[in-house]
Amino acid sequence: MDVLQLVVSGLANGCIYGLIALGFVLIYKATEQVNFAQGDFMMLGAFVCLGFTNAEFLGWPFWISVPLAILIMGAFGYFLENLVLRQMFGQPQVAVVILTIALGFVLRFVAGVIWGHEPVSLESPLAGKELRFGGLVLGWDEVTVILVTVVLTLLLYFYFSRTRLGVAMQAASQNQLAAYYMGIPVKRLHSFIWALAGMVAAVAGILFASKGSIEPSIGLLGIKAFAAAVIGGFGSLPGALLGGLIVGLIEPFSARYIAAGYSQVMPYLLLFLILVFRPHGILAQVHSKKV
Amino acid sequence: MLQAAEKPGDKVSADTVLSVRNLESYYGPIVAIRGASLDVRQGQIVTVLGANGAGKTTLLKTISGVMNPEKGQITYNGRDIAGAEADEVVRAGIVHVPEGREVFPLLTVAENLRMGAYTRNDLAGIREDEEMVHSYFPILKERARQAAGTLSGGQQQMLAIARGLMARPKLMLLDEPSLGLSPILVKEIFGIIRRLNEEQGVTMMLVEQNAMVALNVADYGYVMELGRIVMADDAKRLLQSKDVQEFYLGIKEESQRGQKRWKQKKTWR
Repeated sequence: MDVLQLVVSGLANGCIYGLIALGFVLIYKATEQVNFAQGDFMMLGAFVCLGFTNAEFLGWPFWISVPLAILIMGAFGYFLENLVLRQMFGQPQVAVVILTIALGFVLRFVAGVIWGHEPVSLESPLAGKELRFGGLVLGWDEVTVILVTVVLTLLLYFYFSRTRLGVAMQAASQNQLAAYYMGIPVKRLHSFIWALAGMVAAVAGILFASKGSIEPSIGLLGIKAFAAAVIGGFGSLPGALLGGLIVGLIEPFSARYIAAGYSQVMPYLLLFLILVFRPHGILAQVHSKKV
Repeated sequence: MLQAAEKPGDKVSADTVLSVRNLESYYGPIVAIRGASLDVRQGQIVTVLGANGAGKTTLLKTISGVMNPEKGQITYNGRDIAGAEADEVVRAGIVHVPEGREVFPLLTVAENLRMGAYTRNDLAGIREDEEMVHSYFPILKERARQAAGTLSGGQQQMLAIARGLMARPKLMLLDEPSLGLSPILVKEIFGIIRRLNEEQGVTMMLVEQNAMVALNVADYGYVMELGRIVMADDAKRLLQSKDVQEFYLGIKEESQRGQKRWKQKKTWR
């Protein structure tokens, strides 16, 4: 029973890492840019929702605040790409890296000014409720995280494999020039991808804030999610989720069976091993062009 | 000897679909096209020959809107398309089949074809064209559910042409369809290009290094060197031309004459 509870809470954390990692990979695959502010996107999404729904701020109903926060983060991603990142076209990749790192600092600062630096929790209707299953006691918040992640994954799978826009995004990420030749509006798709990454980050943030407390510096969780994405295979969407789940599971188990401090080290040790023995990650998506 | 090159500039006949005038394109500070002019007529296959680095691919890229010209006009059916976005050009009816079979490697063959029709919304027409394309390239129907990256080189080239056709183009820009293919495949692909031109009425602009094959299938030909058009004539006459024979077809007279010559001077210089 003990082990099962560790598994569930590990999976719940892992889902959140996985969703942030998904944001990294979405943007990387489509645009070859790495958004180091992805963790801060999550933080921002959580605070936007919290700002709407918590009693000390606006106190709007939870079920209105959630979609609103997701939409706002989508618009944020869209316009960020459209107005800022597009100007970086033709610049070396490192310029985008620096830009997004700086953006992360700005977002943390802005969030601190608006919502303060004290840890706060999202007032979700699920908080504190328990699900009893024989001898097993699970928090509804953790179960919700897992369920929402599963649903979101299925939606994204459907989107990328069945819709015209989704397949076009895949096409553009596999061969950008050929996508131009086919009349696919690649630049607009890049804006959409950033919007999508913003929305996924908002979902991750809302889930995170409903099962624990957040503060502006929580965005630094993005680094761990980045490690998760690399473990799973940077460039593979299922890999990002898998990497997130692995990191999420390693933490509670190493804290329990090795020593408490190890939970912070083990993900990076795994990252190290993966980089040495399987540098493309677990679910590498490598193909070589026929000449 | 520049009369031939200047010929396109004189008159634009009524059946001209594409006319390029004094086009200049740069890669950063490097000139790739230095004032090229040419015409493509309705229903023709026009070929542009030239060595590596002559600017042939750049010419096509500039027409299809992937690159912006520095100077000059590109008129397509009376409409100026110089500097237009690539998706506008595709919507206008020009599709560019790039060199080196640039397929979407992880998408299936069927998905690749559907991406060719990205600019279209007529589902019935798309399905019809899918069947049309399958009738020309039956192998693509067999391999419909296979990832395009797993096809052989020749099949990928067929897929690239078929994907271009899915946009239902009136003018197709073909960049080196013979690149890296065996002679028998080259023959097959050029046969299909000819048939598409005759049966579907697709006007073709064909860029090739393989001058013999290209001139045999084309109606009209241009020779490009260092970013300029240096010769323009009917394909048959180009095939007979001494310059083209020596520099692009590798046919030499010296063995017959039995005398040693270093290199013939090009008459267009």
